Amino acid sequence: MNKDNNKVNILIVDDEASVRGSLSRWFEEFDYNVGSAADAAEALDKFRPGKWDIVFLDIRLPGMDGTELHHKMKEIDPDITTIMITAYASVDTAIKTLKDGAYDYITKPIDPDYLSHLVSNIIEKKQLFSENQKLKKRLNALCKFDKFLGDTPQIKKLLDLVKTVAPTDTSVMIRGESGTGKELLAQLIHSLSPRRYSPIVTINCAGLTPGLAESEFFGHEKGAFTGAIYRRKGKLEIAHQGTVFLDEIGCIDSKTQMDLLRAIETRQFTRVGGNEIVNVDFRLICATNLDMEKAVEQGTFREDLYYRLNVFSLFVPPLREHRADIPVIANGLLKKLSTSMNKNITGFSNGAMDLLTNRDWSGNVRELRNSIERAVVVCNKQVISSDCFVLDNISDISPQDQSLMTIEKRHIQNVLDKTGGNITHAAETLQIDRTTLYHKIEKYGLCR
Amino acid sequence: MPIASRVNIVPLDFDDDELLGNMSSSISQAFQIPTRIVPMDIRLDMGRNRQRDQLNSTWVLSQLLSQSLNNSDKILGITVHDLYTPILTYLFGEAELGGRAAVVSTYRFRDELYGLPANKDNLEKRIEKEAVHELGHTFGLVHCLNFDCVMHASTYIEEFDYKTNSFCPLCVSLLDERTNT
Ligand SMILES: [Zn+2]
Ligand SMILES: [Zn+2]
Repeated sequence: MNKDNNKVNILIVDDEASVRGSLSRWFEEFDYNVGSAADAAEALDKFRPGKWDIVFLDIRLPGMDGTELHHKMKEIDPDITTIMITAYASVDTAIKTLKDGAYDYITKPIDPDYLSHLVSNIIEKKQLFSENQKLKKRLNALCKFDKFLGDTPQIKKLLDLVKTVAPTDTSVMIRGESGTGKELLAQLIHSLSPRRYSPIVTINCAGLTPGLAESEFFGHEKGAFTGAIYRRKGKLEIAHQGTVFLDEIGCIDSKTQMDLLRAIETRQFTRVGGNEIVNVDFRLICATNLDMEKAVEQGTFREDLYYRLNVFSLFVPPLREHRADIPVIANGLLKKLSTSMNKNITGFSNGAMDLLTNRDWSGNVRELRNSIERAVVVCNKQVISSDCFVLDNISDISPQDQSLMTIEKRHIQNVLDKTGGNITHAAETLQIDRTTLYHKIEKYGLCR
Repeated sequence: MPIASRVNIVPLDFDDDELLGNMSSSISQAFQIPTRIVPMDIRLDMGRNRQRDQLNSTWVLSQLLSQSLNNSDKILGITVHDLYTPILTYLFGEAELGGRAAVVSTYRFRDELYGLPANKDNLEKRIEKEAVHELGHTFGLVHCLNFDCVMHASTYIEEFDYKTNSFCPLCVSLLDERTNT
């Protein structure tokens, strides 16, 4: 009967079983702890001071009615947040309970939008989110990152730097080749920072045209340009109180650089096509595989913005520079992939591991992951041997494998690898539509 | 929790085969398990509320369960009808948390509902996300604070369009944990 301290506790009092069932399922999906009662007697039996955070209470109950039960509950636990559930016909009665300390009332049937915002506002006010649970998740994340990045002294040093900088509000620039896991590192920093309760929002600066970039960063008002049918919040606004992760920062155009610099300096901006000033508070993390100093020297990247972004610099080494980590990373990936594909593969043969540790991995951990994923698909033994790995160059394919189908399959896989499994981008590159691409992925059993 | 061996997709008054095919490959990608389309004989008029012109999603879940006896299969119903429960005005979908059955509806994902021209691509992206989201619940995943994550609870269509159709690293690790035990 102890209060579950890790969760928000919600009690639902309603005589209709379908109402109790439906609301319980709805709240459980938010990870709340839910209890229910069919009448006042059962409710009072389950009610203790401090046990529940929010009570949903039907006005009309058999026996003692909702208003009376509400009054009793408030006597027992004056801090309890109560929300009355009422039919339109009884709204007057519900309003009276507000004078008796009810937080709000809602009419049946309940609008789910309204319900979720009502509850999240209450929780925010009560700050009920538990440290414990968040901590557990963060530790999980940390384990995952260790496995992903490796545990050589080089990587340990990097993770130490991450732990040092994460709790501060310092802007971080993460450098490293593509596929080294810069985005995961950004997420790790965010999840170890005081901003972890707010979102981390990624803006991929590569492939943003100047017009697109503006609305992506700052949002737009309805009708700001052709196709602006909704008012849309920009990502800086969505990231309020959280972290903005600017991937491929070297790719942003000069106008966006200027707009971004201003937004960083003033912490405010206006949406495209609007006048309203939006105030924001966010931490900046950016990533790049370009030589930013050279870009500054050549005048393609603003020096003032560069200094704003590059307060603290982290370098993720390419996989070939910490080969000693390959067995750890490969085994971690294998365990994960073989379980998810329902295969019982326990390890790599010596030959296969040699192959993995000696390759250059220009696509780094991402390429390693994709290769292992394909090997797991192909492998029908307990141990992955070197012949489970498919070579990447068409010229390496033996003559009998040069059928159009084989080459198509391989080419699509390569494109998918390059786009990180993004179907839309891959379809564009291949100049086929998404449906056809999905069809081919299924046909060839490819990995995204 | 047993590892699911398959997701059975059950069309309920749903005849867009192309969309079903795409959705089925998305699901199979997201959970790394096979999917198949399994028609079932469910008389939807029994679960319809004529006054509200909606389909009772809890009723659908119970029908799906009563007709699917293989305990290691997940079952996903997909319908064009607007879903409701007696206490909630509408639902994009519903699932048994940590259970087997889920149902999703395309009804609220049509741009026509918001006074815009029909857009199949938008509809498809949204229903794919919703299907992965509800199935995520059947694997025991709860809502996620990460706006990009498919397990984010999106109540507005804009937020829905913002999130991706995949799991964030935290949810991936939780999903791993769930499917590994
Ligand atoms: Zn959900
Ligand atoms: Zn998530």
